[in-house]
Amino acid sequence: MNRQLAVVTLIGLVMFCPRTWAELVVEVTHGQDDAIPIAIVPFNSPEEAAASFDVAQLVSDDLTRSGRFKTMARQDMIDQPHVGTNIGFDDWRRLNNDYIVVGQVQVQGADRFNIVFELYNVLNRQRLLGYQISANKAGLRLASHQVADMVFQKILGVRGAFATRIAYISVLGHLPDKTYQLIVADADGMNPRVVMDSKEPLMSPAWSPDGQSLAYVSFEGRLPTVYVQTLKTGERRRVSARAGVNQAPAWSPDGKTLALTLSTRDGNLDIYTLDLATQALTRITDDPGIDTEPQWSNDGQSLYFTSDRAGGPQIYRIGIHPGDKPRRLTFQGAYNARPRLSPDESQLAFVTQEDGAYHIATMDLRGRGDVQVLTHGRFDVSPSYAPNGAVILYASRDRGRGVLALVSADGRVQERLVSTEGEVQEPAWSPF
Amino acid sequence: MKRIFAIACLMAGAALLTGCPKKATTIQPPTAGSQVGGGSSNTAPAGGASASGSAYGGDTGANGMRGVGGDANGGTRSVIYFDFDKSDIRPEFADIITSNARNLTGHSNLRLKLEGNTDERGTREYNIGLGERRAQAVRRALMLQGVAESQISTVSFGAERPAAEGDDESAWAKNRRVELVYQP
Repeated sequence: MNRQLAVVTLIGLVMFCPRTWAELVVEVTHGQDDAIPIAIVPFNSPEEAAASFDVAQLVSDDLTRSGRFKTMARQDMIDQPHVGTNIGFDDWRRLNNDYIVVGQVQVQGADRFNIVFELYNVLNRQRLLGYQISANKAGLRLASHQVADMVFQKILGVRGAFATRIAYISVLGHLPDKTYQLIVADADGMNPRVVMDSKEPLMSPAWSPDGQSLAYVSFEGRLPTVYVQTLKTGERRRVSARAGVNQAPAWSPDGKTLALTLSTRDGNLDIYTLDLATQALTRITDDPGIDTEPQWSNDGQSLYFTSDRAGGPQIYRIGIHPGDKPRRLTFQGAYNARPRLSPDESQLAFVTQEDGAYHIATMDLRGRGDVQVLTHGRFDVSPSYAPNGAVILYASRDRGRGVLALVSADGRVQERLVSTEGEVQEPAWSPF
Repeated sequence: MKRIFAIACLMAGAALLTGCPKKATTIQPPTAGSQVGGGSSNTAPAGGASASGSAYGGDTGANGMRGVGGDANGGTRSVIYFDFDKSDIRPEFADIITSNARNLTGHSNLRLKLEGNTDERGTREYNIGLGERRAQAVRRALMLQGVAESQISTVSFGAERPAAEGDDESAWAKNRRVELVYQP
């Protein structure tokens, strides 16, 4: 097989806010039994790179965290090759590895590194990947996530989402002195940056489709306002501060329109769309019940939402054109709310209530509408799909504290992300 | 995973005691004190709640202590509590509605903000709707007693501003509420 060589240049991410706070620590609580065995051999790192972090360790952590791979412990490795020609395949096969990743970090200049790596199938000795990624020191972490993404995609045929980000709300302190922070971190919970902090609640972060901005609700001044904030510059724009409720922003797929929840003078919540360029407002739902938590379909022509028009909250879908009528989608149970559509629109994730407990469930949108309850905590809410659809990030509680957790879309792998400080809630996974 | 309910209860109680004084920052006009509370200790909300029994003893105790504790303005805020998933005003809170309605109709310059809240269960944005529904229930009750629409505004914090911390009913009962806050 010919050498595949591609160069991906990474610009060190401009940190929009240098303050860092508590990091999230990942615990795999329930893995997949048939995880694929793989060895990620330590890269031949120069001191400069090793001082910042360990590329192979990060790749190994990413793959383990996906629940789809079982990575070999370093102390079990009998050899540490850095190039494919030095791999003794028979030994690695005897140690029950299906795949092996070898590589090195080369110093190219004062602040310039090349990560060179290869992926091999141990069983047939086939070279599956050979890439070189160039990065400065600040970009090494992201570059390492991209190595994991490429390995994940090559073996599983599904695009990896390790080099993406998550936004969430962190609540620090206790009553009556709480601080609310909107945080953006790497998908593994590392590298948290504070986007916004406030003494009043922040909620409902939503990524723009280009990943450049977040819409969110802030109660500064003790009234709800929807803002759109650009991450690189920190610049923010007030997009809705109407009398009454201003809530639940959701970006249209083209990034030009926000769906949001507003209220009339007598407090009736309905869903509207707001053209961000013209400020033109269009009412989508008109019902005396609570209509909220909108989420766009991929074609931008309809919205999934929560409504209690029939009594308890249930999930509906409505076209955005005048005269379109909503169609109810959920019928099992008395409480089904906050729909989130999987990236390929094959399933809907939402919150369902069973015996007073709130769980994350999915509904099959292509077949008969089968519902699968994926989690079994008491307070599992705010599901958000990874952009590859493989995993759902959600908010849970653990020993009286708000934590984030992950469950694979098929429910087989579960993990918890525990913050080292405060409570975390309302995760939103970025697009690719 | 087992949750530590006992500790949560204790924490909720402690948080409530320390939480109330700070939160009760809105100052009612001096006249409101005597009208609403009928006394210098300004225990109007306490009177309303204690009529229903001891469920909110911690709450009323904190308010009462604070009134006695020497706030010259006698500032307090009334709080109306709700049952789970309900927005009906329970009979024991009728006195709070009546006294505040009298206060507002007697002083057309007063502005009252109704802050609706829910407990932490359920989805956050839907809870905003439930909190708004509770604030609206109080607004309607006040308007039925003659308060001008222009004197009342509402806001819903949903589950975002709990009055008590804890994953149990004792905390939740304190969080399902509408706070009546006079605007400066």
